[in-house]
Amino acid sequence: MTSVLTLPTGLPAQGGSLSANLGVDYGAVAPLLIVLGAACVSVLIEAFVPLHRRVVPQLVLSLAAVAVSLVLVVVRAVAGTPATITLAGSLSVDGPSLFLWGTLLALAIPSILMIADRSIEPGGAFVADPEALAEAQERAGVRAMATVGGSSGSSGSSGSSGGSRGSRAAAGPPPEMHTEVFPFVLFALGGMLAFCAANDLLTMFVALEVLSLPLYLLCGLARRRRVLSQESAVKYFLLGAFASAFFLYGVALLYGYAGSVRLSDIAAAAAGSPRGDALLFGGLALLVVGLMFKASVGPFHTWTPDVYQGAPTPVTAFMAACTKVAAFGAILRVFFVAFGTTSIEWRGVLWAVAIASMVIGVVLGLTQTDLKRMVAYSSVAHAGFLLIGCLAITPAGLSATLFYLLAYGFTTIAILGLVSLVRSGDGEATHLSAYAGLATRSPVVAASLSFCLLALAGVPLTSGFTAKFAVFSAGLADGEAPLVIVGLVCSAIAAFFYLRVIVMMYFSEPAPDGPSVSLPGPLTTVSITLGLAVTLLLGVVPTAALDWAAAARFLG
Amino acid sequence: MSALLLVLVLLPLVGAAVCGFLVRSPGGDAAAKTAGFVVSLAEFVLVVVVWALYVPSAPTRFQGELSVPWIPAFGTRFALGLDGIALPMIALLAVLVPLVIAYTSFTRAADRFPDGRGAGGFVALMLALQGVLVALFAATDVFLFYVLFEVMLVPMYFIIGRFGGARRQYAAVKFFLYSFLGGLLMLGSIIGIFVASGTRLGQASFDWTTLQHLAAQLPLSTQIPLFLGFFAAFAIKAPLVPLHTWLPDAGAEAPIGGGVILVGVLDKVGVFGFLRYCLPLFPLASQSLAPLVLVLSVIGVIYGALLAAMQTDMKRFVAYTSIAHFGFIGLGIFAFSQQALAGSALYMVNHGISTAMLFLVVGMLAARGGSSRIADYGGVGRIAPVLSGLFLVAGLTTLSLPGTNSFVSEFLVLIGSWPREPAYTVIATVGIIFAALYVLWIFQRTMTGPLRGEAVLGRGPGAASAVAFEPTDGGLRDMLEDDASARARARFGDLTGREIGVLAPLVLLIFLLGFFPQPVLNVINPAVSATMSEVGVADPVGPNGVAR
Repeated sequence: MTSVLTLPTGLPAQGGSLSANLGVDYGAVAPLLIVLGAACVSVLIEAFVPLHRRVVPQLVLSLAAVAVSLVLVVVRAVAGTPATITLAGSLSVDGPSLFLWGTLLALAIPSILMIADRSIEPGGAFVADPEALAEAQERAGVRAMATVGGSSGSSGSSGSSGGSRGSRAAAGPPPEMHTEVFPFVLFALGGMLAFCAANDLLTMFVALEVLSLPLYLLCGLARRRRVLSQESAVKYFLLGAFASAFFLYGVALLYGYAGSVRLSDIAAAAAGSPRGDALLFGGLALLVVGLMFKASVGPFHTWTPDVYQGAPTPVTAFMAACTKVAAFGAILRVFFVAFGTTSIEWRGVLWAVAIASMVIGVVLGLTQTDLKRMVAYSSVAHAGFLLIGCLAITPAGLSATLFYLLAYGFTTIAILGLVSLVRSGDGEATHLSAYAGLATRSPVVAASLSFCLLALAGVPLTSGFTAKFAVFSAGLADGEAPLVIVGLVCSAIAAFFYLRVIVMMYFSEPAPDGPSVSLPGPLTTVSITLGLAVTLLLGVVPTAALDWAAAARFLG
Repeated sequence: MSALLLVLVLLPLVGAAVCGFLVRSPGGDAAAKTAGFVVSLAEFVLVVVVWALYVPSAPTRFQGELSVPWIPAFGTRFALGLDGIALPMIALLAVLVPLVIAYTSFTRAADRFPDGRGAGGFVALMLALQGVLVALFAATDVFLFYVLFEVMLVPMYFIIGRFGGARRQYAAVKFFLYSFLGGLLMLGSIIGIFVASGTRLGQASFDWTTLQHLAAQLPLSTQIPLFLGFFAAFAIKAPLVPLHTWLPDAGAEAPIGGGVILVGVLDKVGVFGFLRYCLPLFPLASQSLAPLVLVLSVIGVIYGALLAAMQTDMKRFVAYTSIAHFGFIGLGIFAFSQQALAGSALYMVNHGISTAMLFLVVGMLAARGGSSRIADYGGVGRIAPVLSGLFLVAGLTTLSLPGTNSFVSEFLVLIGSWPREPAYTVIATVGIIFAALYVLWIFQRTMTGPLRGEAVLGRGPGAASAVAFEPTDGGLRDMLEDDASARARARFGDLTGREIGVLAPLVLLIFLLGFFPQPVLNVINPAVSATMSEVGVADPVGPNGVAR
């Protein structure tokens, strides 16, 4: 843990103005320390606690660490503690940092709950070894037969309706899972927290690696569709390594230009420097490629559909929600703090990127038949919408983007949680045809999924609409009318593929041998409910979140 | 009265929730239908009370105003209020919804829903739609209006998609996407207003009255893009001609009850939007772009009429007649005269009544014959005289025969448009002739003459021979005809008491408003005068009908 944190501080402090900041403001960085510390403890649990006793301590530890950090963040935000730059100027704990930290930690809770859920399929997505799984299924089968055979079964479940659920309950404790996921998630989360609060580019790079490496591993952890999962992990890793290299190259060029990696120094150098712009904008371009890759902005999105599809669904949820928040947090910070003064000169290029992202997302989204891939392309389109907010270098643009991230994250988690419930014999049924007639068989799941899809489409009274309104109005106020019009048209096109799922669920006949809908375990139920509740609340009474986002200002 | 207005909005929504809850319980379908009908009747009674309390001559633009902050960051409020344009629409809705629920729930001829779905779910969706629409007509906050404009798509989408005909999926998605696209273009304008009001007033506002005052300060170059965003949404919803293709599909595939509300009320949101939002908020743009709207309206009158005449399906026929009528309404609104505007506002009510009548009669006919193809019917008047007579009434009000309600409004539109836009008025008047043509022709084909068509005679081999066999002997022919007619009558049957009960209020209204339109006009006129002064146009006709 200490190595992670001290590495950025090893940099020589630039200039003497930072001497006041050399002391560590432990109150400000406490959330980060707690999450990373918990990750280290979690590794120790992995090492010393026997396999069958690990799940509960790991889950409790992870949740407790995240919840305590969240409380600290909220307390700090409510108390209005002044923004500070700490850890030798490498970490900026300001308004946007706190909002992003709050969002990340709040999104991590449902993600961890979904990851820990082992009731939807025996052993969860991360079952320890397939043999144990097979044994469990055998045991379940035997027990189920016994229940049907002996009418005086001690379980006393009501006849045939006991069915699959009864057998699962009767199968004894579910098989063990790979508890390594918990330290991975905590490390990734710690990296994300540092990523969006990093005040210099080198810290940002280290944080990028800290968040990426566990994610690569997490993607490959699915135990059932191993080939798909491992393929996605390799793809993500290779492309991610390229993106990191781009990022680092960009940092090097910017260091060459400004003589510093601190964001505010770059801004100062760019504002009052007679030097040529080649290094500055070359550096920015490479930096942006790295950031856009993480945020899955088109045309740097090619990993997104494969990874979303291949990764275990709870990991997809974590990745889709939290990585996006962290990456856009970093993008906002880079744009606002380091390049705000030169925005006139580079904004036009990023307009093209935003348009490309929206168009790629919606057009390719139209052709998808797999729900997880569709969510992936939708995330590419949403990245384009988010970029509209980022490109408006105004307080309104900042607050709108922050709010959008919060809204989008919770909706996505709810959608992927619901997707994980629809299963056929050999795992999740994510093909669109599997959703035919879902409303007849499980109206609650169908209604919830429809609500989330309408939120992604941006129908009013959902968080998606409020967020879009905020982002588009910030964009229009900053003279981005063409971008906003493209955004509106793309929203209309995107509505088509969200509607297609609703059509399948509500207006089609169910297939006779269609997939079953699992009853969610309590953990998944909580996370889906949380996602739905936030989606509704931010659509109907968004004032508190909007005000918090509006108060956030970068400390340059 | 503001509390009453809030109840008007909430009562159907609560009723919808109750019905939705009842439907889920076993055997709750009948209970849901009854509960829904009772709620819709209660809503009607409340609307009557509100109408009685409404003071047409009051000096304020809105009555019963209610305003609660909603999202302060966006400057939006949950604000409701009634004026003389909104109140008649709410009243129309309150009349039609109980009839639709009664038709769907309690008559033999009701729609047979796909997959054996009960009507309870339909009733719940219908009440939800009513609640949203009442709030939409009463909204005095532009942002709230937009929100409801989009939200109203959701219940209608499910009504078409779950309870509609064979191509319901296609029609539902097409309906949603067209409207949603229009809505998003309007959202662009809403955001534009948000930005413009923020820069001009210091604090963004969506209050209708505030924006109306702001509008006078905006230059034409700003008003035009904002106007076009609203216009696109309303032109799709109304629909004006090049954007109309979703309506025949949605109208034909929707269940009859859904079609009544879709064409009768939901589409009126488009023309209501022209009248309430486009004209007062963007007066300069409305005047400079009026020729565009007038051309599209007049094309709609002629094109809708011609296509109506050519239809082979009765539901599509109704949809196309509506396109022609919406052309008249558009002409009246963008002619900028007191009479034409009042005529258009009245037309919105009258068209709702006559289309509901036509849709319901067509539904009753189609339920008997099991088909809505025109060619499947012939000589129905012989075996179902009451049905045939009411079909004629519905047809005559559609072609605006004097004495029926539609005549008053159509006449007002034409007489009001003449002083300002004589050329367009002349072309639109030709549309009346076409209207007579398509109505009388469809009546002649389906209701008069000898018994014809599969739906009337049945599809069995015996039925076929009864048509093919043409005896020369007069007595024998009469006998055979009597026989065929008796069998068809037994199979077909005339309207039942309940069906007549559903149609009777509409027939009453058609003639009542045909002879005594003044009570409604009294409500409409002050609001229309206010609109005229908001646009800043002098009426081309003086108070005594003397041209200025």
